[in-house]
Amino acid sequence: MTPSTSSAITLNINGEKHTLPVDHRTTLLDALRERLDLTGTKKGCDQGQCGACTVLIDGRRAVSCLQLAVAAEGREITTIEGVADGDRLHPVQQAFLDLDGYQCGYCTPGQICSALAVIEEHAAGWPSAVTADVRPEAGVPQLTAEEIRERMSGNLCRCGAYVSIVEAVARAAQVSAAEAAQGPSAGTEAAA
Amino acid sequence: MTTTTGPTRITGAVGTAHTRVEGRDKVTGAARYAGEIPFADLAHGWLVVSTVARGSVRSVETAPVLAMPGVLTVLHHGNAPRVDADYIGLLGQPDPIVGLFQSDRVPCAGWPVALVVAETSEQAREAAEALVVRYETEPHDIEFTPDRPGTYTPEPRETMETDKGDLERELAASAVVVDARYSTPEEHHHPMEPHAATVRWDGGRLEVHDSNQGSKWVADELAKLFSLDPASVRVLSEHIGGGFGSKGVRPHQVAAAMAATVLHRPVRVVLTRRQMFSLVGYRSPTTHRVRLGADADGRLRAFGHDAQNLTSTVKEFVEQSAGFGRVMYDADAHRTANRLVRLDVPTPTWMRAPGEAPGSFAVESALDELAERCGIDPIALRARNEPTAGPVSGLPFAGRNLLACFEEGARRFGWAERDPRPGVRREGRWLLGTGTAAATFPAGAAPSTAAVTAQPDGTFTVRITASDIGTGARTALTLIAADALEVEPGRVQVRIGDSDFGHAMVAGGSTGTRSWAWAIMAAAADLREQLALGGDIPPEGVTARSDTSAAIAALPEKERHSYGAQFAEVAVDTTSGEVRVRRMLGIFAAGRIVNPLTARGQFIGGMTWGISMALHEEAVRDRASGAHVGPDLAGYHFAAHADVPRIEADWVDDPDVDDPVGIKGIGEIGIVGAAAAVANAVWHATGVRHRDLPIRPDRVLLAGTGAGPDGSRRA
Amino acid sequence: MREFGYRRAVDVPGAVALLGADPEARFLGGGTNLVDLMKSGVERPALLVDVRELPLDRIEVTQDGGLRIGATVTNSDLAAHPEVRRRYPALAQAVLAGASGQLRNMATVGGNLLQRTRCGYFTDLAAPCNKRAPGSGCSAVEGEHHNHAILGASAHCVAVHPSDMGVALAAFDAVVSYETADGPGELPLDAFYLPVGDTPHRETALPPGALITAVTLPPAPVAALSRYRKVRERASYAFAIGSIAAALDVRDGVVHEVRLAFGAVASRPWRARTAERALTGGPVSADAFAAAADAELAAAEALPHNGYKVTLTRNLVVAVLTDLAEEAAR
Repeated sequence: MTPSTSSAITLNINGEKHTLPVDHRTTLLDALRERLDLTGTKKGCDQGQCGACTVLIDGRRAVSCLQLAVAAEGREITTIEGVADGDRLHPVQQAFLDLDGYQCGYCTPGQICSALAVIEEHAAGWPSAVTADVRPEAGVPQLTAEEIRERMSGNLCRCGAYVSIVEAVARAAQVSAAEAAQGPSAGTEAAA
Repeated sequence: MTTTTGPTRITGAVGTAHTRVEGRDKVTGAARYAGEIPFADLAHGWLVVSTVARGSVRSVETAPVLAMPGVLTVLHHGNAPRVDADYIGLLGQPDPIVGLFQSDRVPCAGWPVALVVAETSEQAREAAEALVVRYETEPHDIEFTPDRPGTYTPEPRETMETDKGDLERELAASAVVVDARYSTPEEHHHPMEPHAATVRWDGGRLEVHDSNQGSKWVADELAKLFSLDPASVRVLSEHIGGGFGSKGVRPHQVAAAMAATVLHRPVRVVLTRRQMFSLVGYRSPTTHRVRLGADADGRLRAFGHDAQNLTSTVKEFVEQSAGFGRVMYDADAHRTANRLVRLDVPTPTWMRAPGEAPGSFAVESALDELAERCGIDPIALRARNEPTAGPVSGLPFAGRNLLACFEEGARRFGWAERDPRPGVRREGRWLLGTGTAAATFPAGAAPSTAAVTAQPDGTFTVRITASDIGTGARTALTLIAADALEVEPGRVQVRIGDSDFGHAMVAGGSTGTRSWAWAIMAAAADLREQLALGGDIPPEGVTARSDTSAAIAALPEKERHSYGAQFAEVAVDTTSGEVRVRRMLGIFAAGRIVNPLTARGQFIGGMTWGISMALHEEAVRDRASGAHVGPDLAGYHFAAHADVPRIEADWVDDPDVDDPVGIKGIGEIGIVGAAAAVANAVWHATGVRHRDLPIRPDRVLLAGTGAGPDGSRRA
Repeated sequence: MREFGYRRAVDVPGAVALLGADPEARFLGGGTNLVDLMKSGVERPALLVDVRELPLDRIEVTQDGGLRIGATVTNSDLAAHPEVRRRYPALAQAVLAGASGQLRNMATVGGNLLQRTRCGYFTDLAAPCNKRAPGSGCSAVEGEHHNHAILGASAHCVAVHPSDMGVALAAFDAVVSYETADGPGELPLDAFYLPVGDTPHRETALPPGALITAVTLPPAPVAALSRYRKVRERASYAFAIGSIAAALDVRDGVVHEVRLAFGAVASRPWRARTAERALTGGPVSADAFAAAADAELAAAEALPHNGYKVTLTRNLVVAVLTDLAEEAAR
């Protein structure tokens, strides 16, 4: 028996349910852009090699170009359109805007979604490839500029806005830490 | 109501940091790019490109594909609408690749041979993959080596070659001679947004939503291609995801326009990342022979730069690397040449700082070698050879603030403390070094038109076919218009990216913002004169228009350029050959800086490209097939976050008294000299010269270091 | 990409049954490699069986003090797990050195072992490639091969395995568990990857239709002092041109136990047993490290443009073991 090559699925995106039939070949990225008119998520390479299509799936960052839409059913998806709180920009968005953490803007939604996750992953104590000692006893590394750069490296920016993106992520991380502590930042080392 | 520009003059927007006017749209995902404009009944086109490097299409087997689900049509040389690519556009002849499907000839691998159009992109992709194209193949030649047979000097010869004095005699008379060969590989633009166009016929007009660097430019060329009245083509390009020279008329617009014409419905064509390697141009690989002869004190007696690049068999494109030395250094004998060879490859094109980027790598590396041999500080060597007039042209400089850049840069970088000896600074496994290089790029302007409208509510609208490819042009022009109108920037709306706004320069050659600003300033001045006469502003507003053709033609001929000094510190891992840039500083003399916030981004972006050029970028072709190997962003590396350290960019005052605009371009100079500064720092770290880019780990390992691998020390 | 069916499995027997004996069916994990290969036309499955929701997402300490890692554990969860970081730090480092944060969140342990080479000819349908199209030839031997194999290759294929994780798993004697319709099975990593020979398209010894269920690491006290070092052509988000996983136990000034595995040198993660034998019981010195590396690399066969990998791998052995020895002495 030949299996069906399409399915009716329900995607949960930015807290809203969308029911649509999909060709199984449709990636989450194409479903967002071509079916649901959520074009904030960008297609840069369609091969998982640039990060422009980064979204959050169940709270974790993922490249939507390699995620089949049919396989995303039942999961919570957050795209750039769901990051701000109404008219109030998220601190990460505000920092990108204030510090000019972009140029052409095409990698920006992916950078921002990735930055949201970087701050969460760091808060959860995850080490990175530049963490000198990954053993749990060594504690959580400071979110230095070097740590931010490594953790953000899955998001390419051809305009070369990396320097100000790193500044923006560092500032947003400080804001997040301060908000979490309900007080002044607890000594997060600022990126250069 | 009567509007004036207010009781107090409000100026000073220019020179003050302003966040981007479209910034909110960019950080919320609301900004729509060319492939994101919704259309009912949209069909999707997918290009099919050749798998052979030379030959002809024998057959395109469309029948099985037309039977596939959703497939609407297959266009190819046997059935495509006729277009005429034999015309001269704003920037010369187009790449014949835009004469899509007009013949069965295949001049290179990756040449477009068919377009499959289907109801969905998944269907189009599958059908394009399934389409069988048969070829007659011919032997191909892609071998690019210095002085290979077929190398020639293109026309016009007088711009390709310059010759003053007797180079051989001065070299022979020189106390110190550098004679070295350098090379740079094939490099690609790869803006993050792939080329995309959505095209429909709307009330007898061809409406094209496109990602490009000049919508009027693209509209005019599409009109020529399709033999249409220019007024019947409209190109809209609100947001553009980067360009770097690659976004002009390209096969995607032509294919989409053909399909929209045939199918009578809107069609979108988006290039894949892989297709971008062969369809949108690239920077040719280059080779250089630089010969410098100097007195013992470093004064240049001889300067020779012979640069070579490749082009396709269908169009001549010259990467004019030899232009760099014509501006930078004088000598008693001075000879430069750009030479070319035609191979079975796609046609190269402009890419960020065309000519200057590779040319500066060769010449500024050679200067560093000369400084080493003369025992002179590299900055002192450049100061000693600072010309007073154009070395080739003899024209006066309209400001040449190179030494001011070096002075400021040296102070901030801590250059005075530098130990000139190579290979002596170690930190664990890392050898450390610093390097410097000079930068220059022409400051030009081209005729443009603009319209500025005063509205009854006290606001103003500027209409100009400018394009913001990420440069911040939209914001910069808002500030310029605000100052010209003497109002707050919040009262000015700048509308760009619509070919209906009339002729204007493209975003290219670092001339965009300067050209557009000139037109806006002229129209704003005219409008203020009209408004000064008093009277009511009618509902449709009062509009003044400008055309800068005459003013630009009247500008006296001078050597007009931006300058800069680049500084880099690198660390070289002696066990792995890895090179990391630890910090960079660029100081630029680049005219009046309109928006310091975005200008900093332009300079640093260019310098980031310099790191990338020095260490990473390289497209590789397979000799047997003539096609690229690994043409994707995992195979073609450009710098990622982790490669880019703290980079600082700043500028010195650079006024030009006889320039009514005072702006110079800043989009390209950041890359110029940057790769040389990195390479010179690698030499300073290791004692080994790297004359071939990129400086890959394997090259560093094989070249060795002056110090031997650190791993040899005892545990 | 051709059209395909999609089924979501909820348990292991169900997944195995859904795949059945269909040679055109594939298990879908994170999809980071499979979906990419489907887009380029290298993989053209008729059916995908999604195994992401199988209850194989746990990491457990085994009774003997090793680790059992479920096949659908993501790379991220593996690298973040305290017991992995404590007992096998080189494994955490190896995982963190691979791909990007996004891809590590998607990619699974089982899929990582099965990922295909990144050789540019393998993913170019127009190019001859024995791994993709058996018998068509190898384009890399005479073509672009500066990141190709120096060990264990053949004239039929010189591609390298791209995994970082696998290099650390090789060093720590990982055992792969799988399930088939006929029951479960196990393969030590040494036996998991097949020699290249004249069948480069046959990469693993997994029986047809087998589903990887877990990777087990036996206890390895030596791994507590271990390190992964990766060299690549940009600082992050790139495949290795050379890498090493190493662990060292020094007692009374001699090498009591050592583990060494190399990445980006062969069609598989390369366990350097010859070097380990040369070092064990011997002195802790850079000369000894270099001699051991030379012993391992004596079998290296370089092509015109990848000979640097011999030097690179040798340097990495010396550098990383030297670091570990210094750390051991502290």
